[in-house]
Amino acid sequence: MSAAPTRRVLVANRGEIAVRVIRAAHSCGWEAVAVHSDADAGSRWVALADEARHIGPSPARRSYLDIDAVVQAALDSGCTHVHPGYGFLAERPEFARRVREAGLVFVGPSAEVIESMGDKASARRTAEEAGVPVVPGSGVVADPAGARAAAADIGYPLLIKAAAGGGGRGIRVVRADDELEGAVSTAQAEASAAFGDGSLYLERSIEGARHIEVQVVGDTHGNVVHFFERDCSVQRRRQKLLEEAPAPGLSTTLRDEITGAAVRLAAEVGYQGAGTVEFLVEGERFYFIEMNTRIQVEHPITEMVTGTDLVVEQLRVAAGEPLSVSQGEITLQGVALEFRINAEDPQQDFFPSPGELTRFDPPNGPGVRVDSGFVSGGRIVPYYDSLVAKVVVHGRDREEALARATQALTELTVDGVVTTRDLHLSLVADEEFRAGGVTTTWFEERSTASDRSAEG
Amino acid sequence: MPTIPSPLPGVFYRRPSPDQDTYVSEGDQITEGQTIGLIEVMKNFTELKATAAGTVTEFLVDDESEVSVGQDVAVLE
Repeated sequence: MSAAPTRRVLVANRGEIAVRVIRAAHSCGWEAVAVHSDADAGSRWVALADEARHIGPSPARRSYLDIDAVVQAALDSGCTHVHPGYGFLAERPEFARRVREAGLVFVGPSAEVIESMGDKASARRTAEEAGVPVVPGSGVVADPAGARAAAADIGYPLLIKAAAGGGGRGIRVVRADDELEGAVSTAQAEASAAFGDGSLYLERSIEGARHIEVQVVGDTHGNVVHFFERDCSVQRRRQKLLEEAPAPGLSTTLRDEITGAAVRLAAEVGYQGAGTVEFLVEGERFYFIEMNTRIQVEHPITEMVTGTDLVVEQLRVAAGEPLSVSQGEITLQGVALEFRINAEDPQQDFFPSPGELTRFDPPNGPGVRVDSGFVSGGRIVPYYDSLVAKVVVHGRDREEALARATQALTELTVDGVVTTRDLHLSLVADEEFRAGGVTTTWFEERSTASDRSAEG
Repeated sequence: MPTIPSPLPGVFYRRPSPDQDTYVSEGDQITEGQTIGLIEVMKNFTELKATAAGTVTEFLVDDESEVSVGQDVAVLE
């Protein structure tokens, strides 16, 4: 019997996710090739990989976002697979397509699936076809009269959204009937200027909801399973600060419904690889928002509560192997929390704080995991994102997880840059947070309240 | 000679976007407060404004390279 061919994966990313993918590859006997820009030449992931390729100057668009350079690096280093990590090229259908055309395997769904989930209108249609509830809304409205008719059906408050928009741009909130007409004409003008397309649609504004998302993985043998949910409601300007699995206080009925809906949606598109279906949850109702067709920053908390290495599952699926677990074998054990330690100053409106990590001592101990792309002496450069480390804790229950979080965050020492560590310590101690079930507006309302009390 | 220092650590850009012209070129006359570039810190962009009026004689930092706080970016005459 001949030995299985060596699988060699190019890790088309940097930082902690590059380290994470290299470790997963090695743990299943694959070789891993790192890429790096000028600024990242001496990085931790370069040291951990079997081989490293320089792909360009420091600005991301000339290195990590350069599809030609990345695909060439994979071919030159004899790779069989390409793992995109998250961010950069991970959800660019043309990248997945180019990898495939180069005769390599993309670790993720097909370019066509990435494309269809990346388009808001098409993702919404697919969700409806799969029987997944979407936020009540209208089709494209042509004029103020059309908007009035749609608003009467939907009710207030509502959002006017540019059909061609994205990333939170082109959205206006309307709270009452008399604001509608003016808002429609301004939104139309804005959408034409920003996107070259003035098409609008209306959607109910769901306020005071929780952001709950379901981790799914599909393989090439027709299996789609879920790994339960994460609560990512603690956000600032739609950016997640910390995440928790499972969502505290979720009823068993709602959990069954929401995980079932996520699996139906993934199955509807023949999803292969790891993905996340995001929902807004209001009381016992839930609404699909979007699907992320990649591994996410917060995947470790799901790994902690299900005991499954999701990146290894991604590699298995990409190699054509079946998932290592069936739905019945995936059970929830305990509670996990992830804290994003960013080089940002919460006292200065979260302004980034690049610099050298003159000292970086991550915590450890029972139930503590730290994912980072850095070691002491490393540099947080201004070219990329500000993530220094993810502190992940796991406990038998929420109380134990929160206690471990306090201990781990206290032990964490980062000198040389300002970080969000102290903010996380204050969140862990916050009574409302500890009670569980906060909504997506909670953090900003808390910050405003604390500003007022400081002024008063 | 007066200089224009960067108020932030980050990456200096001479153009508003890769496919547009530079804000100013060597030899250009500029006014106080005029934007001469951008400083990017982890996807946050801040305009770099001239701290005095004059003629730009030299850029001391290459386009798309790192600057530290207080580092001189351009020289005026």
